[in-house]
Amino acid sequence: MNLSSEFRDPDLCRRVLEQIQHLADSPFRFMEVCGTHTVSIFQSGIKSLLPENISHLSGPGCPVCVTHDLEVNTFLALAKMDLRLATFGDLMRVPGSGGDSLKKVQAEGARVEIFYSAFDALQLAVDNPSENVVFLAVGFETTAPTVAATVKVALNQQVENFFILPMHKLVPPALLALASDPDIRVDGLLLPGHVSTITGIEPFMFLAGDYNLPAVISGFEPLDILQSIQILLRMHKEKTPAVINNYKRAVADQGNPRAREVMQEVFKPVDTAWRGLGDIPGSGLSLRKEYLGFDARRKFEPAPLQPETNTGCKCGQVLKGKILPPQCPLFSCVCTPAAPVGPCMVSTEGSCAAFFKYSL
Amino acid sequence: MCLAVPMEVVSIEDNVAHVEVGGVKNQVRLDIVDQVPAVGDFVIVHAGFALRCIDRQEGLETLKLFQDSLGLELVK
Ligand code: SF4
Repeated sequence: MNLSSEFRDPDLCRRVLEQIQHLADSPFRFMEVCGTHTVSIFQSGIKSLLPENISHLSGPGCPVCVTHDLEVNTFLALAKMDLRLATFGDLMRVPGSGGDSLKKVQAEGARVEIFYSAFDALQLAVDNPSENVVFLAVGFETTAPTVAATVKVALNQQVENFFILPMHKLVPPALLALASDPDIRVDGLLLPGHVSTITGIEPFMFLAGDYNLPAVISGFEPLDILQSIQILLRMHKEKTPAVINNYKRAVADQGNPRAREVMQEVFKPVDTAWRGLGDIPGSGLSLRKEYLGFDARRKFEPAPLQPETNTGCKCGQVLKGKILPPQCPLFSCVCTPAAPVGPCMVSTEGSCAAFFKYSL
Repeated sequence: MCLAVPMEVVSIEDNVAHVEVGGVKNQVRLDIVDQVPAVGDFVIVHAGFALRCIDRQEGLETLKLFQDSLGLELVK
């Protein structure tokens, strides 16, 4: 059978949807924690097809959205120093304090360049030995090993003008924080496919084991997502919580041990602050001793502005699933993708941006 | 941020694979791939690095999925 038609077959989707309708005889709230799921659920129309009983919450799954204000102000402070900043494109429009963003400071003369890979940023440093290059290292477990591998090469080749600003975040500790927060009511979790490619299934087992939360690693096709929701619902209803890999064609149960090894060689877990979720133990990565020479914070000692506390942005509550974007008073009147107040409206994977694009 | 389109490995030099999909050519590093691919295998790529190697059959099937959802001609 042709796999692609199987995954987009409207008939198959309809059948799974019928099962979902059948199972959804009481309210059920599920959360996804992956920007690609957010976009796919809106784009494919799944959101509007689900029975009313089922609520979809978009959790802390977009790396740009969870980057803390202080981190944003730190890279904006770096941008104003005598160096070249290399970044993924998503960070360009994230607003920091005082109305700055990378895009704005770039227009004012700061040297900010967009790269698709940390390795290309290293190449920029190698090609320009008289200038310092700083790469803004954001992203979850999918991206952190690519940065770790780049830093390893930089050490081997003794590149002395390449630095990173580590802002990586780890997904399982954030899910632990959500699962143990009594204020957050979630009945099941869709786990991020790409992150699981690296982590494998093991780091998520505590969800079912310790918190009785069903969780399913899911792909991104409509049928993937519908099936995963159906599995979640069934476990919820039968009170048989487990963690299931429903994306076997891309995720091995053991993940990618080689990538984890490289990541662990270069980085060590540290406590870090997430936008909206606050400090989460062991959820960030800092460079290990042998690699500290690549740390842009140590080298340049940027002095970030203190974050503003009164912008009115409610991203924090959105990321925790406490409110939906339209419940933020700024949504769509003051805050739009063209003039974003918070990061959830900047990234195309942010909940506020997805709501704006597909629900209005 | 992470659309994992599989790409076909056309040649390998040291730690770098030359990959191709739908006429788009690229180079990806093999430092962290789960299994070192052979020419003809497919790799899932993220931010310039291969993350996962998948065999040819599986690669072609996954590619068809993307082809349908993106409306691009990736597989003949
Ligand atoms: S609508 Fe804008 S201001 Fe409100 S939570 Fe979302 S990003 Fe923040």
